[in-house]
Amino acid sequence: MNTTALQHIQAAFPDADSRENLDSVVLTVPPEAVTATLTKLKNDPQFGCSLLLDVTAVDFLTYPTPQPTRFVVVYILRNPESGLQVQVRVPVADPDTGIPSATTLWGSAIWGERETYDQYGIHFQGHHDLRRILNHWQFVGHPLRKDYPIEQRQICYETDPLEKEIKARLKHNGVEDTSMAELHTEIMYLNMGPAHPATHGAIRILTALDGETVLANVNEIGYLHRGFEKTAENRTYNQVVPLTDRLNYCSALMNNIAFVKAVESWMGVEITERAMFMRVILGEFFRIQDHLVCLAAQLLDLGGLTNYWYLYNQKEASYDFISRLTGGRLTTSFTRIGGMYRDFYEGWQADMEQQLLDIEMGVGDSLKLVEKNRIIHDRTQDVCVFPAEKALSYGFTGPCLRASGVPFDLRKDKPYYHYDAFDFSIPVGSKGDVYDRLMVRFAEIHQSISIVRQAMKMVPDGPIFVRDVRVALPPKEEVYNNIEALAGHFKLVFEGVRTPPGEWYDSYEAANGELGFYFVSDGSGTPYKCKVRPPCFYMMGGFHKMVEGSMIADVIANLSSLNIIGGELDR
Amino acid sequence: MARGIEARLGEGFLTTKLDAILNWGRQYSLWPYVFGTACCAIEFMSTAASQHDIARFGAEVLRYSPRQADLLMVCGTISYKQAPILKRIYDQMSEPKWVVSVGACASTGGMYDNYCTVQGIDTIIPVDVYVAGCPPRPEAILDALLKIQDKVRGESVLNDRQKDFTGILDR
Repeated sequence: MNTTALQHIQAAFPDADSRENLDSVVLTVPPEAVTATLTKLKNDPQFGCSLLLDVTAVDFLTYPTPQPTRFVVVYILRNPESGLQVQVRVPVADPDTGIPSATTLWGSAIWGERETYDQYGIHFQGHHDLRRILNHWQFVGHPLRKDYPIEQRQICYETDPLEKEIKARLKHNGVEDTSMAELHTEIMYLNMGPAHPATHGAIRILTALDGETVLANVNEIGYLHRGFEKTAENRTYNQVVPLTDRLNYCSALMNNIAFVKAVESWMGVEITERAMFMRVILGEFFRIQDHLVCLAAQLLDLGGLTNYWYLYNQKEASYDFISRLTGGRLTTSFTRIGGMYRDFYEGWQADMEQQLLDIEMGVGDSLKLVEKNRIIHDRTQDVCVFPAEKALSYGFTGPCLRASGVPFDLRKDKPYYHYDAFDFSIPVGSKGDVYDRLMVRFAEIHQSISIVRQAMKMVPDGPIFVRDVRVALPPKEEVYNNIEALAGHFKLVFEGVRTPPGEWYDSYEAANGELGFYFVSDGSGTPYKCKVRPPCFYMMGGFHKMVEGSMIADVIANLSSLNIIGGELDR
Repeated sequence: MARGIEARLGEGFLTTKLDAILNWGRQYSLWPYVFGTACCAIEFMSTAASQHDIARFGAEVLRYSPRQADLLMVCGTISYKQAPILKRIYDQMSEPKWVVSVGACASTGGMYDNYCTVQGIDTIIPVDVYVAGCPPRPEAILDALLKIQDKVRGESVLNDRQKDFTGILDR
């Protein structure tokens, strides 16, 4: 982060309290100035924050240092070209009055603010659809408030009919029942999910149809809300690692890396070279795994069952390598703050190379079926087109944003772990249709294979864990013979890794897009707050914009092209 | 107690032979409904894929309509938001039906002891076989299938399956 960005912001917002934090600029503005600040940050070309990455809030009720207000809402913004990252903090005096909504500026604010309302009970003035999103409609209270007990369960007896919402959406799209009656037809309501084979987990897609054309669409999520964030507030940092496995369970190790990377960057822990290369190799290997599952499922949904065997069998074969290395097939829990859990085993290179060859074969076989297949082309090309501008507005990142033609990738734009030393390219699409999203993933598999091969040649010998008393257990020799080491061991095990007090955001390019973590630390060994910025949450938030006007069969093709993973979507 | 002609026949030669042939057919042609919500569903995908191949046990005909299925496999965490849907799907399945709770979350809530997670699906619907693991390996899921087959083998047209289950959603 260069200081000039801070100076620019200070010059543009002289009244606001601005400071630099990690690699972001943090602005604190009162509620009455928030709309003007956000508008300027988005529309002023010198800032150009076209991506609203995340919206969240912090409840300072039990925070050790007293704060001016109990609640603070945080908007996390980014300029995808310059890499400028801004956090706008808005103190909330009264949650029932709330603050002005940012939904007129970014589409992603619709779901982001809804989640903040659901979890913290903060009202957003001017939000047209402020209702619960993750918790069920019969839920009372706001679970992420510090005075909500974690074990207070509330039973839901019926599902939400969503009738009001779909009617509102129809009205918004200019469809009235009377106009349909004039045409002697009526609207058909079709509900897909949450238990439907094509929804890949539990998502509810409610559509209003005219024949086979989608007139309006409303989606409901939260069926797999497992309270990740509340649970994380009751665990030490390293104990959260197994929870992160279950976010995007198709690429568990990437979540492990993203989480520990965020904590390490705040603590200023520099991991060893070997650990960095291990994270690159395994991260890219898991990106391939994630794409394999996504493509297998997508082509299966389009009716290409053979692709499922070609692609999924390679993933299945990779489990042998993964379980030999990490001990688990799906849930790896392979990283720790300060390094890795274990080193590679002897002879891993040959196994890895074999896996890569097998994957290349599987992907090649599948591509032969897909690349020149008229049926696939007709089903995917020009279907559910999402241009770059809309994709940015709805907070798309990762392959789906790149399919819309925006070459934004954190590995290139904010390189970490020596990603700038590898020779790879960022595949981009031309249109942002289902076909682009499909093919970008195929191309990324090849890029990732290339990165793994390069990194395998460069991986140095050496320790996999940093020698830092703040994060690493002292060697057993010292623990048995030296009181400081014994005390250090005891404190690390019982209290966990302690982080300096503060708030920070750090992100990682996961298989689905930008996986970010927003932390608040009170200086203890457990996170005071740990918010995940899940990439597919915001993609699902833009889903209705993609499918309205399309055919009902395209809804299925589009959903699978976004790679919605329930664990990450609902947390 | 059975009500049809079999009730008159009693435990004689005919009913035991009828049981044998029905159970033989049922145990090797279970049609699973996969209620997949989370990570365990990915392991179920592995169970169905070539390497583990659930077809070896006659259960490869995955039905996505509860009315056509007789084996409910609950793969993944069930939240309170999801619970009424699970119950509805179970109620829509016709008898005879069996339930497998796949993985720690479905069986007990697993690592999610918090405000939104159901602490075991047996608080909502009756469960026949529990599978441990987070997530369980495909072999464990296949083992559960074998256990269900054992259970099917022991059924008789003379005995009604237990129906007096009351869960938290039965008000």
